[in-house]
Amino acid sequence: MTPFAYHLARDPADALAALTAPGGNIPLGAASFLAGGTNILDLMKENVARPMRLVDLNQLALARIEETPAGGLLLGALARNADTAYHPLVRSRYPLLSAAILAGASPQIRNMASNGGNLLQRTRCYYFYDTGTPCNKRSPGSGCTALGGLTRLHAILGASEHCIATHPSDMCVALAALEAVVHLRSARGERQLAFADFHRLPGDTPQHDNTMAADELITHIELPPARHAAHSAYLKLRDRASYSFALVSVAAALALDEGGRIASARLALGGVAHKPWRQPEAEAVLQGKPAEPAHFAAAAAVLLAGARGEGVNDFKIPMARRAIVRALEVAAAGTPGPACREEER
Amino acid sequence: MNERIHDLQTPVADAGTGFVRVGMPVSRVDGRAKVTGEARYAAEHPAHDLAYGVVVGSTIARGRIAGFRLREALAVPGVVEIITHENRPRMRSFDLFYKDMTAPAGAPFRPLYDGEIHFSGQPVALVVAETFEAARYAASLVAVDYLPQQHETNLMSQLARSHKPKPLKAGFSPPPDERGDAEAALLAAAVRIEAEYYSGVEHHNPLELFASTVIRGEDGHLTIYDKTQSSQNSRWYVSRVFGLGKDKVTVRNPYVGGAFGSGLRPQYQLPLAVMAALQLRRSVRVVLTRQQMFSLGHRPETLQRIRLGADRDGRLRAIVHEAVAETSCYEDYVEVVVNWSGQLYACDNVKLIYRLVALDQSSPMDMRAPGAAHGVHALEVAMDELAWALRLDPLELRLRNYAEQDQMKGLPFSSKALRDCYERGARRFGWARRPLAPRSMREGSELVGWGMATGTWDAMQMFARAGAVLHADGRLVVSSAATDIGTGTYTAMCTLAADALGLRLEQVMFQLGDSNLPVAPIEGGSSHVATVGSAVAGVCAKLQKRLFRMARRLHNSPFAKARFDEVEFAGGGLRLRRQPSVAMSVEEVMAAAGEAAIEEKYLMLPKVLKQKKYLRATHSAVFCEVKVDEAFGTVRVTRVVSAVAAGRIISAKTARSQVSGAVVWGISQALHEETHADHRLGRFMNHNLAEYHVTVNADVRDIDVIFVDEDDRVVSAIGAKGVGEIGIVGVAAAVCNAIFHATGRRVRSTPMTPEKVMAPGGDVSVSAAL
Ligand SMILES: Cc1cc2nc3c(=O)[nH]c(=O)nc-3n(C[C@H](O)[C@H](O)[C@H](O)COP(=O)(O)OP(=O)(O)OC[C@H]3O[C@@H](n4cnc5c(N)ncnc54)[C@H](O)[C@@H]3O)c2cc1C
Ligand code: SF4
Repeated sequence: MTPFAYHLARDPADALAALTAPGGNIPLGAASFLAGGTNILDLMKENVARPMRLVDLNQLALARIEETPAGGLLLGALARNADTAYHPLVRSRYPLLSAAILAGASPQIRNMASNGGNLLQRTRCYYFYDTGTPCNKRSPGSGCTALGGLTRLHAILGASEHCIATHPSDMCVALAALEAVVHLRSARGERQLAFADFHRLPGDTPQHDNTMAADELITHIELPPARHAAHSAYLKLRDRASYSFALVSVAAALALDEGGRIASARLALGGVAHKPWRQPEAEAVLQGKPAEPAHFAAAAAVLLAGARGEGVNDFKIPMARRAIVRALEVAAAGTPGPACREEER
Repeated sequence: MNERIHDLQTPVADAGTGFVRVGMPVSRVDGRAKVTGEARYAAEHPAHDLAYGVVVGSTIARGRIAGFRLREALAVPGVVEIITHENRPRMRSFDLFYKDMTAPAGAPFRPLYDGEIHFSGQPVALVVAETFEAARYAASLVAVDYLPQQHETNLMSQLARSHKPKPLKAGFSPPPDERGDAEAALLAAAVRIEAEYYSGVEHHNPLELFASTVIRGEDGHLTIYDKTQSSQNSRWYVSRVFGLGKDKVTVRNPYVGGAFGSGLRPQYQLPLAVMAALQLRRSVRVVLTRQQMFSLGHRPETLQRIRLGADRDGRLRAIVHEAVAETSCYEDYVEVVVNWSGQLYACDNVKLIYRLVALDQSSPMDMRAPGAAHGVHALEVAMDELAWALRLDPLELRLRNYAEQDQMKGLPFSSKALRDCYERGARRFGWARRPLAPRSMREGSELVGWGMATGTWDAMQMFARAGAVLHADGRLVVSSAATDIGTGTYTAMCTLAADALGLRLEQVMFQLGDSNLPVAPIEGGSSHVATVGSAVAGVCAKLQKRLFRMARRLHNSPFAKARFDEVEFAGGGLRLRRQPSVAMSVEEVMAAAGEAAIEEKYLMLPKVLKQKKYLRATHSAVFCEVKVDEAFGTVRVTRVVSAVAAGRIISAKTARSQVSGAVVWGISQALHEETHADHRLGRFMNHNLAEYHVTVNADVRDIDVIFVDEDDRVVSAIGAKGVGEIGIVGVAAAVCNAIFHATGRRVRSTPMTPEKVMAPGGDVSVSAAL
């Protein structure tokens, strides 16, 4: 681990100033925020991240979860994943988000992990974590060792010849399906980013996971008014029953009209691309249709159009196709009860 | 040395625990120390003026070190020294000096000896600093220039260059010669099956990281707290490698946070820490990182091929079992993979072949039930394949081929209650209700399957010494340089001693984990209780006799006319069996005899001549239920019953924990564990516990352990065999067989991850009855 300075930020302005101050002696990008620390500290221990300074966000008053005037919900960036998942308003209005969070990591990690940090967690590509191997995401231009190597966890959609990594978050898959909005703040002011525009595909700059600027702070994640609470499902397929990242995951949400037809559909995939994978065309396939497997399969085909495996991970394509159908089926039958009981915290 | 060594912090049972008997479920005497954090592990012993060493590992798999660029690292404040092969202290030059007590044939790896690279992750430098943080930072700045050479780490591409292993390893026997004519019998058999079984690399990953704290005394004496399964093995190694007198080195391991075989050999942090202590003339600690734990040995990747031939009624006519495993380029690591197939079932025609491929990797290492965990797995999956080919119940097939005696020499078993294991396990599981055909049971979107397998392991005994001191206040200190890697050695030995002398458990202290204590073997091979336990029983028997003699000689002794066999030790002292009111406490006898303490020593030598007349083994029958969602290949193991015959059970609670823990590991072997190498780099890549998957709580449901009665006085004087390994053998096979029964698909490669289990193509109904 590289020696680093530590600053406990008082408020957002202080946190932002601390990215370069005092006296601007730290170049932009050389400091990192510290939230739950469940990712950044691991990366530092393995020398993947070497910030000169850690700016601790844990004192910021950004841990609240509150209703918006529009009828949505505002999740503080510093609210813990566990507190978010078990929040009564999240559970009742956005059970999809609750289920997705609880499908991730372990109770201990969820108790520490923050919502902002979850969006910014880095890929789990083995090579990214091993400084003994070249990796374009870790050191741009050095090459992608995963290509032709161990690619079981890697992307089947949207990859490039420079990087085939996946975004590992579960929470983000639900946020993508729920069309969340990310609130950002910097010295230049505040702005909002639609979730679909937040994460990005690797292209030839895989070092950038998202479209945030280096001098920005996530303050909140906004959920628009809920429409799909009664018919949603998060299905995560993984190597063991807990504490492992998704091979494939699906966030499915439906709103059914009185005749049982699909009034609105949302569908996002995790574990398959550099960002949560969503295609409005796939959802359009379902619009106005009865909630039946044949239509689910048609939507799956559109969502997975262009999917390509690396050999070892080819299985993800049929797995994803089946998972989409299953998740839509479960959602259509009605949101399942909580996956995890409160006592398990 | 039998007196109490205070620094060892030997645990004692809680006051009020009271009298115990062998076979009772006794809570761990070391439990409180462990859960409160009082127990100190190798990296936790404080020392004055301690320096910290951090290891730098090679990034290439084969080649030479061309040079180091150390300026930046040396400039880090607090850095004391960077030790490499260029400036290390003197080490011995003959291979022989590097051979620890369990070394296989070959030239053991010598850390920092020269510039040759033998495997990726090999230590190439040790950065020593005043603080751990400085050492770690400087280690990240060490730049190494390599002259790489072409490496080869892929077993599957190198099968053609396999060789016959050199068999020189303690406890290893090469496959016996062919029995009968297996190929001919196979051709003539009415029913045949043939299949290949692959098992990937696994790493031990005990929770405690490998660590050594070398504390240098003013006189230069080294007291080393080491993570090892034998303090005496580590002392032997250090003395020989550095040419130090045995009296100059003490190794201690009073608490070990798991090892599973990884501590059978000294690991490289030990010589590195000693090197630094010698060079710098101060105390040094070296702790490996979790990532570096993947540069130690591993369970070797193995490919097996099994061919079975049988009569229509299921009687085995031929068994051919071949295995090819990997080893390093410098040692022939060997384990017993195929021999079990000549032992477990009655069959006249058996051919067994075991070969190795040398690869540019670190030497593999014994891991719980080495060889058997995957060797018996392959056999037991093959038996299941045969059962289905015959449309015969898999348990019935095993019973029809039950081996009543040793197949090679016609020797009897010293004891073999496997039939009882089958019967009681099957009854508890409800096996009789199993439909024969696969895909017969379904629950919602899941297929349900039931599978079973047999397990077996050797029942071994080594030699050991024990010493005991009984104090006037009734405290008993029993000593032997044994080890407790979490298995329950402390508890089992205290139980044996307390039972022997009729003392309360809290009066007894069993002192282990110091190389100066009486000789004990390495804790491994499931032999520790049978070995050290028999030594403890032996020394306690001597104390019994001595106490009895002392009591009888007393003026007006109530035992004046008694014979030894007329007294028993219970209730805190001795008493007449027929008239228990005639009794004296240990304290009374000691006081009356005017003794402050009495001491006895005992050397336990196995009764080799007698033992050789028997085949000695433990057995088990494992039954398992799985639920499989075949659309995705996800498997849940919902129920396991493991019935074990392992001699007399000394400590029921810790023994049960051994077996249920082993079942968990069996599930892990079946479904989760594998270290993936990138062969282009010659490097293991999922080297952390997020990506190296072990079974977690959510994967484990009901585990039911049954101990079937056995009492084997051939294996040991106390009737015990051993339970460390047997619990894992057969579990993965039972899971595999249950998956077949659920889905009709045979997965011949472990771990059976979702992509291997999931139904191929578009033939699967995803919306299986929700
Ligand atoms: C073993 C393991 C298993 C896991 N399994 C899963 C899983 O199955 N599914 C899953 O979804 N996740 C999983 N996780 C990941 C976990 O969810 C993330 O590590 C966690 O959400 C990160 O949040 P944090 O608050 O700890 O972030 P930190 O580690 O504190 O920070 C992460 C990054 O975000 C930046 N950051 C944090 N907050 C802000 C902010 N407000 N504004 C700007 N930048 C910020 C930091 O600078 C840093 O770069 C796992 C993690 C581990 C260690
Ligand atoms: S896939 Fe991306 S993260 Fe992985 S090695 Fe290639 S560039 Fe690095």
